[in-house]
Amino acid sequence: MLSPYVPIVTMFCLATLFVGASVLFSSRHIGPRRFSRTKAEAYECGIEPTPQGPGTHRFPVKFYLTAMLFIIFDIETIFIYPWAVTFGFLGVFGLVEMVLFIATVFIAYAYVWRRGGLEWD
Amino acid sequence: MLSGAYLADDPPNLASFGNEPFWLTLVKVVAVFIMLVVAVLLTVWAERRVVAFMQQRLGPNRVGPFGLLQSLMDGIKLMLKEDLVPAAADMPVYVLAPIIAAVPALMAFSVIPFGPVVSIAGHKTPLQLTDLPIGILFILAMSSLGIYGVVLSGWSSGSTYPLLGGLRSAAQMISYEVAMAIAIVPVFLYSATLATSGIVASQTSHWYFWVLPVSFILYGIAAVGETNRAPFDLPEAETELVGGFHTEYSSIKFAFFFLAEYINMVTVSAVATTLFLGGWRAPWPISLYSGFNEGWWPLLWFWGKVIIFLFVFIWLRGTMPRLRYDQFMRFGWKVMIPIGLLWLLGVAYVRTAQIHASNPRAWYIVGGVVAAVLLILFAVDPGHRKRQRAAELEEQERLAKAPTLDRIPWPPPESGDGDSGPPTTRVISAAGTAPRQES
Repeated sequence: MLSPYVPIVTMFCLATLFVGASVLFSSRHIGPRRFSRTKAEAYECGIEPTPQGPGTHRFPVKFYLTAMLFIIFDIETIFIYPWAVTFGFLGVFGLVEMVLFIATVFIAYAYVWRRGGLEWD
Repeated sequence: MLSGAYLADDPPNLASFGNEPFWLTLVKVVAVFIMLVVAVLLTVWAERRVVAFMQQRLGPNRVGPFGLLQSLMDGIKLMLKEDLVPAAADMPVYVLAPIIAAVPALMAFSVIPFGPVVSIAGHKTPLQLTDLPIGILFILAMSSLGIYGVVLSGWSSGSTYPLLGGLRSAAQMISYEVAMAIAIVPVFLYSATLATSGIVASQTSHWYFWVLPVSFILYGIAAVGETNRAPFDLPEAETELVGGFHTEYSSIKFAFFFLAEYINMVTVSAVATTLFLGGWRAPWPISLYSGFNEGWWPLLWFWGKVIIFLFVFIWLRGTMPRLRYDQFMRFGWKVMIPIGLLWLLGVAYVRTAQIHASNPRAWYIVGGVVAAVLLILFAVDPGHRKRQRAAELEEQERLAKAPTLDRIPWPPPESGDGDSGPPTTRVISAAGTAPRQES
């Protein structure tokens, strides 16, 4: 079952070669390079840029919550996929199981909604 | 409408792949690659022309016939530009980000079927690079990998706008990714496979567009959110974030973000075609003549359907204003996901009745009654009055607590030592919104 992946690997090599070569070499050697301190500053509409060294990126904690919710729901979806593919063999039992499963996740979903986890302000 | 009752002699299936000489694979890979790049160049050109016509302008029409070579020239121009790197950038990640954005976008297309088995130089081969038993999962995985490119580019630029744009983009794309993944599950209830060639083969008698219209609409909306296109183009909202995650990118690195965005557009259009519009199969009146579903003809139908989708993308951009971020996230989490899950349960119920039930009619009656009760409850919404009252009270309370303009201390209270405050420019820009004390 490995051979179907050969075209994908080939595509990966071709794409990486094309994109990587362009990014690493062509722009460095074709375009002009004139250093200027002002040009190297971060763009912030002309005002003095907010100092941002490595490791000082601060951002709203809201994004963290969204990421966690994504993990919950994406895992739920991944559980649904095999069920959908083998649906024809599972019979009524499969339907009941999936209703129970989605209902369980829905409880968590309703809880998050109720606690304001889906609000964004 | 039927897509044609005719069944092709040998619709490609999983066994049709992986038994061709390597040179043929290489030829197909290069062909798909060139096809994608040309499709991107033409889409960029078409977008500028179509939006221009919608706005009573002409758009680019100087370079080549009808301006067709405009995007190619723009690409060459970008290559000749200086490659600026901000001083605060995290160098390895900064260089890697456009590569991570562009490569998975190109790879996702390798499982899209765009034709039946044809004969190239004596070898019989399907017009599809490869197919996997997990074809659709592979496409979803590749589009998720592309998110890394966007969020890393924002993070590594060492600048405020890209950081915000990258984070927004990540949150937006993962939110709509969930909605998209749930929206397409009903298709697999019918096709019983994740392989793209199998999904196309199972649509010989009827397209899933007619069976699963809700899935199709949900997928379409999620696809627009997933590709960061207007009206959901918040990651690059020019008016708030300048250019979002690619503000600090220039030259060819910027070009690759551009390329990735348009390839993603082509890919989601191709996936929508494959899942809902019968893939490469000819539309109904044409499909009555079986010859149009064989040989090289299907390329025409496939790209025709993709172009219709791309036109809708451009049309949306020319028509719709951008959403606010909170509205956008609320729509994704509170509308798309519950509707997707309920629709999935409904379809699963109907499929169970079709496949397993000894008395499907009883199942339909019970299901119809339940659906009707739920719909009526949703329309009448018994708790509506109470919730509205609570929201009003909360709003009044909030207004009572909120500071009014004359309560903001001005000039701001002196901090202990002079040089710990923010730079002068920031004070001035903050002062612009506060009332002036003396004139």
